[in-house]
Amino acid sequence: MIILELFLTFFKIGAFTFGGGYAMLPLVQDEVLRHGWLDEETLVNFIAVSESTPGPFAVNIATYVGKLTGGLPGAIASTAGVVLPSFVIILIVSHFVKKFRESKPVAGALTGLKAAVPGLVAAALVTMASAVLLPAGGAAALGSPSFYISLGIFALCAVLVFVKVTPILVILLAAALGVGAGFEFGL
Amino acid sequence: MPDIRQGLRLFASFFKIGAFTFGGGYAMVPLIEREVCEKKRWLEKDDMLEIVAIAESTPGPIAINTATYVGTRVAGVTGAALATLGVVLPSFLIIFCLSFLLERFSDVRAVRYAFFGVRAGVLALVLKALVSMYKKCPKSVFAYIVMGLSFAVVTFLNVSAIWAVLAAAILGIAYSVLRARRAKT
Repeated sequence: MIILELFLTFFKIGAFTFGGGYAMLPLVQDEVLRHGWLDEETLVNFIAVSESTPGPFAVNIATYVGKLTGGLPGAIASTAGVVLPSFVIILIVSHFVKKFRESKPVAGALTGLKAAVPGLVAAALVTMASAVLLPAGGAAALGSPSFYISLGIFALCAVLVFVKVTPILVILLAAALGVGAGFEFGL
Repeated sequence: MPDIRQGLRLFASFFKIGAFTFGGGYAMVPLIEREVCEKKRWLEKDDMLEIVAIAESTPGPIAINTATYVGTRVAGVTGAALATLGVVLPSFLIIFCLSFLLERFSDVRAVRYAFFGVRAGVLALVLKALVSMYKKCPKSVFAYIVMGLSFAVVTFLNVSAIWAVLAAAILGIAYSVLRARRAKT
């Protein structure tokens, strides 16, 4: 049952991600690649799409993977799956706010979780970088023109991102450079 | 049925927020605050601070956690359901429609080249996100060990990220118990 599989997988992702934004990326990458629902390249493409459309990354990626894998029912199942843990947990916690905030085990767990998140996102970035920069894999890809072009676009975008240019502009520029380089060098 | 009427107002407010915020959960927080505290006066600023603190320390996307929490505070379970549906629906509809376009044009050469460039740009965006996460994370020997371990087991041992998350939570609890004990003696 693919619909159930989508629901359960995204439920798991929703239940085990702490922190906003790309904190969800490691789990999404892990699960989606493991199930073979997307390849790394499509996932990275979609991150750009999600940055350029409104709404949280979690919902966007759940809807997209669900739609590609199981059509409309799939999209509904995976979106419901990613939302449901939040919904239920918040409803419960809102009745015990004081207890929750003063709980020592919760505080302890959060110390561990907050520390793990950058480590996990770094791991996801390594996987992503090797797929983007070395799509053919191995040393042969290292010297190819596409490697140098990707690296150049990455470096330029990194500078722009760190001087706080908005993500959408960065993506548009990267797209324009990609088109230019693609036709120029016939990649 | 005051809950339903209030719930529908929540739905409309959160739909608007969901439809116009780029950049995910954290970008939404100031918009939610303006809508909920200033425009509609459903909650006070202090309530909002607490809601965001809880949203950050419970699992799941910040946007969803915040919407559910504001919803339940304003109009109970009905409010929670409608606020959450409101914040999710725009994303769902937009991505659902967009997926047809993506499928349709993914073979066009110019589109392929554009995404080739875009992928390199995305690396930069994720790197930036990583740096700000690192800055926000507590700096202690314990934190560095957990960070390093979770990176290593996922990268080199191919352990699923979920196990790393679970292990980090357990380590955190164990560490806090250990520290409390040492403080006593």
